[in-house]
Amino acid sequence: MSATVFERSRPGRRAFSPPPLEVPPVDPAQLIEDRLLRRAPPALPELSEPQIVRHYVRLSKLNYDLDSGIYPLGSCTMKHNPRLHERLAALPGNARLHPLQDARRAQGALELMWRLERALAEIAGLPHVSLQPSAGSQGELAGVLLSRAYHAERGQERPLVLIPEAAHGTNPATVAMAGLRPLTIKSDAEGMVDVADLEAKVSEQVACLMLTNPNTLGIFERRIAQIAEIIHGVGAILYYDGANLNAILGHARPGDMGFDIVHFNLHKTFTQPHGGGGPGSGPIAVSERIEPYLMVPRVTRGEDGAFALDYDQPRSIGRLRSFHGNYGTFVRAYAYICSLGAAGLKDVAEAAVLNANYLLARLSDARVAQLLPLAYGKLCMHELVLSGAPLRRELKVKTLDLAKRLLDHGVHPPTIYFPLLVEEALMTAPTETETKETIDELADAIIAVLDEARSEPELLRSAPHTTPVGRLDEARAVREPVLRYRPEQSAAQAQRAADG
Amino acid sequence: MSDSAAAEHYPDDLLYHPEHDWARIEDGEATLGITWYAQDTLGEVVFYEPPALGTQLRQGEMYAEIESVKAVAEVLAPLSGEIIAVNETLGQDPGPINADPYGAGWLVRIRLADEGEREALMDAESYRALLAGGGASSA
Amino acid sequence: MSRYTAITDADRAAMLAAIGVDSVEELFAAQIPAEVALQRELALGDLQEGRSEQEVYEHLSALAARNVSVEQEVSFCGGGFYDHYVPAFIDMLCERSELLTPYTPYQPEVSQGNLQIMFEYQSAICELTGLEVANASLYDGASALAAAAYMAKGQRGEGPILASAGLHPHALQTLATYARGYGCPLVEVPLAEDGSGRTDLKAWRQALAGAAGARPIIALFAQPNFYGVIEDAPALCERAGSSEAPLTCVSVDPLTLGVLAPPGAYGADIACGEGQPLGGRLDFGGPSFGFFAARSELLRRMPGRIAGQTTDNAGRSGYVLAFQTREQHIRRERATSNICTAQALNALAGLLYLVWLGPRGLRELGELLLARTAYARSRLLAIEGVSALYSGPCFRELALRLPARVEEVRSRCIEQGINPGLALAGLTGREGDQEGLLVAITERRTRAQIDALAGSLQDALSDIVPLRAGGPLLSGAHR
Repeated sequence: MSATVFERSRPGRRAFSPPPLEVPPVDPAQLIEDRLLRRAPPALPELSEPQIVRHYVRLSKLNYDLDSGIYPLGSCTMKHNPRLHERLAALPGNARLHPLQDARRAQGALELMWRLERALAEIAGLPHVSLQPSAGSQGELAGVLLSRAYHAERGQERPLVLIPEAAHGTNPATVAMAGLRPLTIKSDAEGMVDVADLEAKVSEQVACLMLTNPNTLGIFERRIAQIAEIIHGVGAILYYDGANLNAILGHARPGDMGFDIVHFNLHKTFTQPHGGGGPGSGPIAVSERIEPYLMVPRVTRGEDGAFALDYDQPRSIGRLRSFHGNYGTFVRAYAYICSLGAAGLKDVAEAAVLNANYLLARLSDARVAQLLPLAYGKLCMHELVLSGAPLRRELKVKTLDLAKRLLDHGVHPPTIYFPLLVEEALMTAPTETETKETIDELADAIIAVLDEARSEPELLRSAPHTTPVGRLDEARAVREPVLRYRPEQSAAQAQRAADG
Repeated sequence: MSDSAAAEHYPDDLLYHPEHDWARIEDGEATLGITWYAQDTLGEVVFYEPPALGTQLRQGEMYAEIESVKAVAEVLAPLSGEIIAVNETLGQDPGPINADPYGAGWLVRIRLADEGEREALMDAESYRALLAGGGASSA
Repeated sequence: MSRYTAITDADRAAMLAAIGVDSVEELFAAQIPAEVALQRELALGDLQEGRSEQEVYEHLSALAARNVSVEQEVSFCGGGFYDHYVPAFIDMLCERSELLTPYTPYQPEVSQGNLQIMFEYQSAICELTGLEVANASLYDGASALAAAAYMAKGQRGEGPILASAGLHPHALQTLATYARGYGCPLVEVPLAEDGSGRTDLKAWRQALAGAAGARPIIALFAQPNFYGVIEDAPALCERAGSSEAPLTCVSVDPLTLGVLAPPGAYGADIACGEGQPLGGRLDFGGPSFGFFAARSELLRRMPGRIAGQTTDNAGRSGYVLAFQTREQHIRRERATSNICTAQALNALAGLLYLVWLGPRGLRELGELLLARTAYARSRLLAIEGVSALYSGPCFRELALRLPARVEEVRSRCIEQGINPGLALAGLTGREGDQEGLLVAITERRTRAQIDALAGSLQDALSDIVPLRAGGPLLSGAHR
């Protein structure tokens, strides 16, 4: 393992050279009460610039990344990140634009936001958009708070939110943060919302139903129109979790299905670099009846064509963060939509669904299906969920072991152990930007690993063998937590770093 | 997952709840714990906070949480009754839940409220059949 | 096929044959009922047709050219995001494929780079704040405060949330939205009446003791506060630490921490803040990151990702995501937050910036900001009619009271290529702020530029008929 940047530190080295002071120096103690001042400097590392660069370039090489190979995580939509988007986001007019610049001198940014809102509205099939939420989870929170506000204005307190069994954990976590209670709806034998269970649980106590469609099993909820009728029948709101919007771009729209609120994951569907886990972006689109409660500020276009930010929305739920949202992600998403156009967006969904079903066909091979069958159904949308339950029962090999062995075959494994309702789940979405060849390679790797599971299961249980480190003891990280560098903890490591 | 885990077994003298909890009934009292399957599914247990003495358990309802690295298991009471003893040592070192789930890894002892509730539980043979059938949900 | 997809006609034929359907349309028709399928092409107006890379570049760069960036004017705008210099190597590293394009480290064995970066970042934030544990970052400074309040609800149960009026107005508004959600009343403690610009300590202490009825679960303030004023942070944290006292949380400007006492030293339970000043772009307001650190007793209530050190099966040191059972994907409605990842790339820039500065650089830069701000203060207050809105010591931002309509003065300065700062009236809605101008001084604002600002303000004011006392003020919408 690589020494930490702290261990590479030597007193007296530096990378920063301050600009000239130019003004009379000020002794902090003359200006500020002594007890408000820092006594000892923070133990930040001291390195030269070449050392810093080398340290982080070396660390970067320990990562698997999308530019190097397929990253088929189900539910994550790891599609190619065009470099054009980085160039555009870095233009001074974008990257160096202050968030509180006067609207009349940020017309390009406001127009871009307005245009992106219009495009997202059309894609969702809902008329109004707020780009503000920082991520999908914040878009969800917005959605639940908007539902609450809608009911509150009608004098109703509705404490419940319905969530299907297959839902992301974020949904119930969001509901709790919004002060409501989640109520789980069962899945039926086909992996869809159990409509009988929904009918039994729906009432005027329900604020909204949060639904992903296609759902987390990669299955399109075919009874969506009926579900919408049931939800609207009790005056509740239908909320669309946009995690899987990639599958239906240009083919179906949440608004047409009866959804009142949609959140987009710009970092998934509209390709943002994931950056090792963020930033994301979670705009929402809403119907007319929800619009009065949208977050402030709103982007408006006046009759003269000038764009502005409108803060005067008395029924708004308020704001969820500073400023106007993750503008840098808006630039990238807008560029993506410009590149693709309507036909290109439709092609995204087609290629994503075709790729996923081709992978499924390859994995329907008896050698795979015996041990790793498709959890539900026969076809899928953009992703598929397999169950490693037979693999675990028959060969005492867990999905985790399979995933770790895939690393030795040079591919990033799919998502594992999600959704929770599938035992030993393996969930994969190749996305539209992969070629047939890379999907074949992924399928071949899974087939090869299952062959190894039959002949030499220990190879899987002790995998991975070819990565920078072997299987890591995650339990130890909790039992004996080391969550920050402390010099006394790693004198031995410091010695190694000094030697290296 | 844990190197120190016991080999898979389901003792014949215990009664089993389908959510992978066991009970050993003796003289109007019962010792409770989770099964080998439950601890194996959970993986290495890293955190367990014993419930308070005197807590009233109701059959089928949660009375404790066991945390592994990537899961939180809600432990269900296979039988109703009042907690009269808890395995305090697991608070410091929950390792026995994996290493010896039916022995040193016991969780609580209760005074039974209704011995008749045992009729709702399974014997070892039925429980093994449940696991083999693949109808097992995660613990 | 677009330029980002690669399915040829031959590929498609082979793939459809393997699947056992005749067409891609059939794949969709078999799954999406006709009643909800879109029977037309999306109508995207002038975006209907896809464009070449060159055309997209030209369209978006034309839009960007209609924005006035901090490269095109001398900008004294701050208010939470600041125009600091970012060294070139940070851009280089953040654009590397290996750091730009991976996802969150689900498979630690092939994510050691990211995980070690998270660990180093957490270590740097702990050093900076003087607290014991830090997470791998949250969305931004405002939502980090809201996360702190939710953490307090988990720790202390129901009760009011106390917030200093010196917090950033967007942070206060964000807190209000979140707190309404999780059902905790938000109680704002005003600034002192002595004109210092500091939080009213007497009112703060009364509120902490539960003067308003129920005892608060958490008390939040900013250091320095929104007006750039350095708060008496130790006094505001006085009751922290006891097991029943409300938690105290300070939203701190990280660049002041080479000079100002770290939150851990004055007993704050939680320190969080906006990460943009640490190597972040302006980006018209995002993405940036929120940092978040706390005392170790609060570890199990922390929101967000946390990396931890461990060993692999051969005894080698390595890193993993630790304490994941706090998080939404495992604990669902009882999770400590609904956040799913972090702002990893922005936090990386933050780490690189802190390593670039090092301990001495952090202090040198802090002292430089203090000196330039002091210089600006003396220059600007020498202008006739201009006074300090607040008398307390300030760091790299100061609030002025102008003897004329702020927007009119700003317009005149802007005509001369100088953006003199932010009109407070549009931001806070506080009565005394109506004539306020918030001026931010970073290391990029040279002495000559500060002098030019003073000259420009003077010229503008001498041109404008001074506002009559009690006359109508510009009514700005409250942001």
